[in-house]
Amino acid sequence: MGIEDKVPGFLLTTVEGVFGWLRQASLWPATMGLACCAIEMMAFGAPRFDAGRWGQEVFRASPRQADLMIVSGRLSQKMAPIVRQVYDQMPNPKWVISMGACASTGGLFNNYAIVQGCDHIVPVDIYIPGCPPRPDMLIDAIFKLKKKEVMWNPIGKNIAEQAAATEERVLEAVTTLERG
Amino acid sequence: MTASDALELATDAPTIQPVRKGMWGGGPGDVSGFGGISRPIQYNSRATRPYGGWFDEVIDQVLGLVPDLPEEVSTDRGELTIYVPKDLILEVVRATRDDAALRFETCTSVCAVHYPDDLGAELHVVYALLSMTHNRRIRLEVVTSDEDPVVPSVGSVYPHTDWHEREIWDMFGVIFEGHSSLTRILMPDDWDGHPGRKDYPLGGITMKFKGAEVPPPDERRSY
Amino acid sequence: MSPRDELDPVEGTEETVDISVAEDSELSSPCAESQGPEDAEVVDGVSDDYAEDDTGEVAQDDDKGAVVFEEELTDKPEPTEYLIIGGDFDDVVAAQQNRSDEVIVINMGPQHPSTHGVLRLEVELDGESVLSIRPGIGFLHSGIEKSMEYRTWAQGVTYITRMDYVAPIFNEVVYCLAVEKLLGIDVPERANVLRVLTMELGRIANHLVAVGTGGMEIGALTVMTIGFREREMILDFFEALCGTRMNHAYIRPGGVSIDLPDNGLARLRTVIEWFHKHLPEYAGFCNENPIFHARMRDVATMSFPQAMAMGVTGPPLRATGYPWDLRKKQPYCGYETYDFDVITWDTCDAYGRFRVRLSEMWESLKIVEQCYKRLEETAGQPIMSTDPKIGMPGDLSLGPDGQGNSFTHVKKVMGQSMESLIHHFKLVTEGFKVPPGQVYATIESPKGELGCHIVSDGGARPFRVHMRDPGFHHLQSVPLLCEGGMMSDIVVAVASLDPVLGGVDR
Repeated sequence: MGIEDKVPGFLLTTVEGVFGWLRQASLWPATMGLACCAIEMMAFGAPRFDAGRWGQEVFRASPRQADLMIVSGRLSQKMAPIVRQVYDQMPNPKWVISMGACASTGGLFNNYAIVQGCDHIVPVDIYIPGCPPRPDMLIDAIFKLKKKEVMWNPIGKNIAEQAAATEERVLEAVTTLERG
Repeated sequence: MTASDALELATDAPTIQPVRKGMWGGGPGDVSGFGGISRPIQYNSRATRPYGGWFDEVIDQVLGLVPDLPEEVSTDRGELTIYVPKDLILEVVRATRDDAALRFETCTSVCAVHYPDDLGAELHVVYALLSMTHNRRIRLEVVTSDEDPVVPSVGSVYPHTDWHEREIWDMFGVIFEGHSSLTRILMPDDWDGHPGRKDYPLGGITMKFKGAEVPPPDERRSY
Repeated sequence: MSPRDELDPVEGTEETVDISVAEDSELSSPCAESQGPEDAEVVDGVSDDYAEDDTGEVAQDDDKGAVVFEEELTDKPEPTEYLIIGGDFDDVVAAQQNRSDEVIVINMGPQHPSTHGVLRLEVELDGESVLSIRPGIGFLHSGIEKSMEYRTWAQGVTYITRMDYVAPIFNEVVYCLAVEKLLGIDVPERANVLRVLTMELGRIANHLVAVGTGGMEIGALTVMTIGFREREMILDFFEALCGTRMNHAYIRPGGVSIDLPDNGLARLRTVIEWFHKHLPEYAGFCNENPIFHARMRDVATMSFPQAMAMGVTGPPLRATGYPWDLRKKQPYCGYETYDFDVITWDTCDAYGRFRVRLSEMWESLKIVEQCYKRLEETAGQPIMSTDPKIGMPGDLSLGPDGQGNSFTHVKKVMGQSMESLIHHFKLVTEGFKVPPGQVYATIESPKGELGCHIVSDGGARPFRVHMRDPGFHHLQSVPLLCEGGMMSDIVVAVASLDPVLGGVDR
């Protein structure tokens, strides 16, 4: 907790905006390659798609320096604790992209070995469909993430307020099945 | 288990034939009207001499080196399979590797198959051997039962079968006697059961859509 | 004979801390022992080595526990020897706590950028020397083999292609070859040409990733970026051919799913020209690069006897000088009719493997050019087995909605012929049945011998599918390549084997 906690309410939104704008300009993903999607994630940083055009390609080898985790590929039962540990090692604020069908829902691996969606172990901000998704889709997802989440990340006392609001919303949410 | 018991198991194994029922694999929901049909499945047919090509030569050589080996051979689809009693497997692979006329230097693959209907010989371990010198491939098949799933390890002859044997232990629960560290390799160390076996469920979840549910693949109607 | 007697003492360590699995101890001879590449004589030589080594004794002697402590019987002041043959790694750590030396145990991976995916390496280091290294796999185990037992034979292709995701076509081909062997059917000539074409393009793409990521991991980022630039050309071609960049499911039992698109040959010509222009860049960047030499020469050496003992195939075997290539030795898909050379190198090290891969890309390009001519000649011929019980009726040309069956086929089954509709329905939902039996099919994947063992019980689903992935086999030799070397060479050694963990763990 730093100086932002002392900022009075009317100024907080402005400071948030400045923080968010700075954060979205340097969103650093952790190198978290799992399976097929990891190859597309590499292509995402390679010349053809060149995510470096928007400063998205600075993959950090250490989770301590990263604020975005791209779960790229099928997540096995054996790998799940490790992914969670990597997530826990990342400093706040942090975001998660679930890349591909397997990471989002288990995909076609509906069996004993695969976790049926990485949202069982980490909170996911954006799901990308596809098997594997094209690198363009990953670029698009990061843009959407920046616009919706990173730009408006709360600071100071707003963090607690937002967390409470999120919890309330999630508890009241109905599942897809219940929606009919 | 004595040597003669194992020998008997090996010879008996292929004679027990599983049966295929109905038109749709005997599962529930066979509404085809042919649910009463019952046909035996002929696995692992046996060949008789002459086997053709270099097969006879190899078999003669192996039988000469391992006189106890019963002559049980399949030449199905142009691939030579020798059925080996499990207590002889180490002797056989040592002979096939070291003999100049055989010289199967590499065991390219070891894999297990679980035949739950093959009572008394449920687990088959299949070794695919490759001779680079003579450019030949043969297959050795060893059977063992669920009650006594122990097979001698061939790691002392083919060091590179280390992980294959660990994988088979992990997936099928076959114990390789003499393996230096028979631990799980693919599944987490604390996993229960051996997922490759037929009696282990696939373990999928029911997929839920709006107004519909799709059961996991192993619970759907089978053909 | 004890394994300790044979172990070379690790250089740079005062005490004799020898930690090794039993079977590796015989294999730690230097590369200088490598023999020439002449087939029969050399192979005899290897087997003589085998005969002398009595490894069975070793394995049985030390069977009892995970960690065996043995005080040396000589009068040296208290050096302790460890012999670790598997077991719980906690025991290793506990044993280490009583010691005062600098040996540390570190865990590299499974989330580590230079382990080629989710590979875990348990390394024991003395300073920067690797005393022992144990690969741990299984972090990408997806139950593919078991899942396939609940799908039809044709659906199996969609699973199998996701095993080795850097070279997916090869998985499909070996599976389909095995199924076709069980069925006893032949594949039309054009389908074979398309298979060879996609395989060789896949081989180039795989080697580009292998060379590129291998380069990236030793700091040569340019090799990776240009590697992916070239790979995109191939992926674009695949996308035009079958609709997907990766995980194609293009090869089907009986043939291939779809013919070349209308402008397919023109696209192929573009790809060939592009590669003629850009492949020399890799040689220019890397071959004589002093940093490349310093990092890869005489690093991760594996001599021919060692390679044979570890059952290594593919580029690591050919880098020892032995021209073993299944495309030549046991041809499939009509490889015997193509003109190409088997590339070998004689240095047995990581650099040799890199050069083998580099040259193999040129050989693949040669084959692709021959495929181009044959595709011109065979235009209009069938690409799927003409057996209506196996080949999907109505080739999957694009329908009016942009996907699926051709319009003429839909018109026929929906409007004209009830029997066609029933047949189509049966083939799609139930699939075809395969006679009982078991086969083992092998092909030369870019990484080595890729095998597929299939058992059928006569049903519409496989009874058992087992893939023999070269990466699974090769990773066993990581201790052989790394122990006694430097920590930084681990990365080079693993990259030179080019494992893909999706294939390793399946």
